Amino acid sequence: MREWLLSDSPASRRQARLGRLYAGWLTFRENTLAMVGLGILVALLLCAALAPWIAPHDPYAQDLAMRLKPLGTPGHLLGTDSLGRDILSRLIFGSRITLYIVTLVALIAPVAGLLVGTVAGYAGGAWDAVLMRITDIFLAFPRLVLALAFVAALGAGIENAVLAISLTAWPPYARLARAETLTIRNSDFISAIRLQGAGPVQIITQHIWPLCLSSLIVRVTLDMAGIILAAAGLGFLGLGAQPPSPEWGAMISEGRRFILDHWWVATVPGLAIFTVSLAFNLLGDGLRDVLDPKTGGSQ
Amino acid sequence: MSLLDVENLRVSFDTRQGVVEAVRGISFTLGQERLGIVGESGSGKSMTGRAILRLIRPPGRVEADRMALEGEELQSLSERQMRKVRGRRISMVMQDPKFSLNPVMTVGEQIMEAYLLHARDSRRAARRKALEMLEAVAIRDPERVMKAYPHEVSGGMGQRIMIAMMLIPDPRILIADEPTSALDVSVQRRVLSIMDTLVRERGMGLIFISHDLNLVSEFCDRVLIMYAGRIVETCEAARLHEARHPYTRGLLNSLPRLDQPQDRLEVLARDPAWAGGDA
Amino acid sequence: MPRTATTGGRLPAPLAGFLGRALATAGSLAVTVLGLLFVTFIIGRVMPIDPVLAVVGERGSPEVYAAAREALGLDEPLPVQFWYYLREVAQGDFGTSLLTARPVVDDIARVFPATLELATLGVLIGVLFGVPLGVLAAINRGRWIDQVARLVALVGYSMPIFWLGLIGLLVFYGILGWVGGPGRLDVFYDGLVPSVTGMILVDSALAGDWMVFGNALSHIILPASLLGYFSLAYISRMTRSFMLEALSAEYITTARVKGMSEWRVVWVHAFRNIRVQLLTVIVLSYANLLEGSVLTEIIFSWPGIGFYITNALLAADMNAVLGGTVVVGTIFIILNMLSDLLYKVFDPRAR
Repeated sequence: MREWLLSDSPASRRQARLGRLYAGWLTFRENTLAMVGLGILVALLLCAALAPWIAPHDPYAQDLAMRLKPLGTPGHLLGTDSLGRDILSRLIFGSRITLYIVTLVALIAPVAGLLVGTVAGYAGGAWDAVLMRITDIFLAFPRLVLALAFVAALGAGIENAVLAISLTAWPPYARLARAETLTIRNSDFISAIRLQGAGPVQIITQHIWPLCLSSLIVRVTLDMAGIILAAAGLGFLGLGAQPPSPEWGAMISEGRRFILDHWWVATVPGLAIFTVSLAFNLLGDGLRDVLDPKTGGSQ
Repeated sequence: MSLLDVENLRVSFDTRQGVVEAVRGISFTLGQERLGIVGESGSGKSMTGRAILRLIRPPGRVEADRMALEGEELQSLSERQMRKVRGRRISMVMQDPKFSLNPVMTVGEQIMEAYLLHARDSRRAARRKALEMLEAVAIRDPERVMKAYPHEVSGGMGQRIMIAMMLIPDPRILIADEPTSALDVSVQRRVLSIMDTLVRERGMGLIFISHDLNLVSEFCDRVLIMYAGRIVETCEAARLHEARHPYTRGLLNSLPRLDQPQDRLEVLARDPAWAGGDA
Repeated sequence: MPRTATTGGRLPAPLAGFLGRALATAGSLAVTVLGLLFVTFIIGRVMPIDPVLAVVGERGSPEVYAAAREALGLDEPLPVQFWYYLREVAQGDFGTSLLTARPVVDDIARVFPATLELATLGVLIGVLFGVPLGVLAAINRGRWIDQVARLVALVGYSMPIFWLGLIGLLVFYGILGWVGGPGRLDVFYDGLVPSVTGMILVDSALAGDWMVFGNALSHIILPASLLGYFSLAYISRMTRSFMLEALSAEYITTARVKGMSEWRVVWVHAFRNIRVQLLTVIVLSYANLLEGSVLTEIIFSWPGIGFYITNALLAADMNAVLGGTVVVGTIFIILNMLSDLLYKVFDPRAR
């Protein structure tokens, strides 16, 4: 099997592609830190998927008699918050919210960027000038402050937070997609397809988009940590997920009042945010090393 | 006594795909002469020059049975002692002045620095020396050139500046690594003859690394032909046409000649066996 | 800058190049700020709060309501309203804050120095530690110090800043008592020195009041260090990658051939080449800190512009939010373009 994958002369296109993936995986596997990142993310996914079964308590169940219990309290491994809710259970259920936000942003922003970038790159001329001007304007905006203003206008809530983050996150993807489109547009195979009578819509959606995908995916992975931090920041300000939802940023915000006497209430969810965004950063770093060895390790 | 004595020099690089050997055991001596090293790119000729100066950095590795400068073993010197060898006793001119001169320092600063690194002397004296040196490499307005930045001078002038800079500490040996390949053909010869004159006046040893057999045979006394990290043939420049090795013959025959026009130039033959056997 | 050959009455070439680029940059600056204003205008329009109601109150008659609507220019078509908005902004009029009942511009002028002070100290800390760390990582590529630098940066990229601020407060203020708590000064010291620049460190130093200076320092050091850490993460990574590029250049080999010490090779020959790139990165990270201090200001009750915007936001004080956004955004855009301009003017490769 290994021989077949690493063969120098693959017999089929599928073998070549799988072989490349496998070689990439071998390089990736050598990167211990990246593997750690991957491990953490797999664990996070499992947590989110199995939340109802592995969480020891109902994340919303209040028990005022058991409020602000410290770490290691029997039955409450990570203690309880000001309403006596089990922090561990809230963390486990909170992983679903984190994944939900990250997934949505990771779908909306790159797709919007892809749309703008490929249209600008393919159409060229005035379209290109106008669309890229808009992209540059958005790129020059302060992202967090703008996201704040958006949420203020749209109202607080997870979906609006997602929208606000996406609105400020799409421009780099548009630039990337445009650059890719420009190199693809003039290649011979596109001319061949055009000669066969394909229209611009068909060319963009069926031939250019698939080719832009891989570079976009790396970029998205590297941006994930930033998205998580932005979402947590909005949550912390009370502009994201609303209580009693166990969103990690909001949990820190709730625990903030007790930081001096009951430090774990705010500390534990912060550690969770840190761990997950670190995992994404490690993974992204490793992926970049595999896909672009030239810039490996350097910013 | 010879200036430089190299025995069984090997340069290898540890890569993920295993060890790549760039130079595989070459030996030669250099006296007060002009020695040419010719080979195609990847033959290890540049690595040889850098290995002598101990400028190969990890993952590169240099090994030699002997690498002696005027009888002194270079491999046993400390890094600090080696710094006194570089520039002061062995110097090197590189391929493209566009890249080998520091773009954000003036020409004058760079030349004076080369002098002051090895001489206990005042800046004023260094400046005078630098001006002299620029004149020696036939730069007409040295005062102006001293204040110029590298991107403000032409390639030919850049390379003459480089030569001035490398000769100012008065070294015994100059390694010229493809010194004219990046230059316009029209100025190549001029730069080379300036370098040639200076080297001969000072009784230095010159190692002239090039892929251009013609140039080398014109400006050198002796020529080493390298292929795949080994020396395949050594001969007097004047008797190059008598060379026997098929690779050298191939190199010679692949040059167009005005006096013997050919319909087709020969394609260079390569035989892996040459890399295996000893010269 | 290279020596310039001035010929006759013409501008020296680099200066002319600078002016040309400055003009082009100013043009694109104007367009970008206009875009920012358009976005804030739209945000102000989609706001579910009816601005007319805010003026006339719940019980105003329909006639009063209509009159107020007309007075606010809300019966005009949107482009005209945008034009009015632009005119007001150009006159520095962002309306009145509901929260403070003062003109938003005055509020911003009052809170901005606090942010400026914090971000400046933060970026100074970031540069002071980030640049040497990046250089060290580059010259020891692949060795332990490079790994440590990489880890330091990765942690910085992954840490929620508001959380780290809380932990910092807990440890250094709550437990160890090494630093002052939230706010810019202890109440006792408030108003002791006249406000000249609005930056307390500067004001107290000017007044020669070192007690106030010391107290202000004890308050600012923690939040500034935090911001410094985040800019350090970015600056050290960029320094490392610029340095690696410079060190692989041929002129570095030249420097070594000359017989130079490695220290001199790195700090004179390589570092000189990355100065301009570094400067642009520092300007950029300064811009990011001005913006990124929002969450830090909340944690440390630091009365800066981020604190102001957030409080206004929670009180649905839209004039203040949008005014603050425009000001922060404009400064951010200017710094962004400045970094671009610096690069184009001073980098020998772009000359």
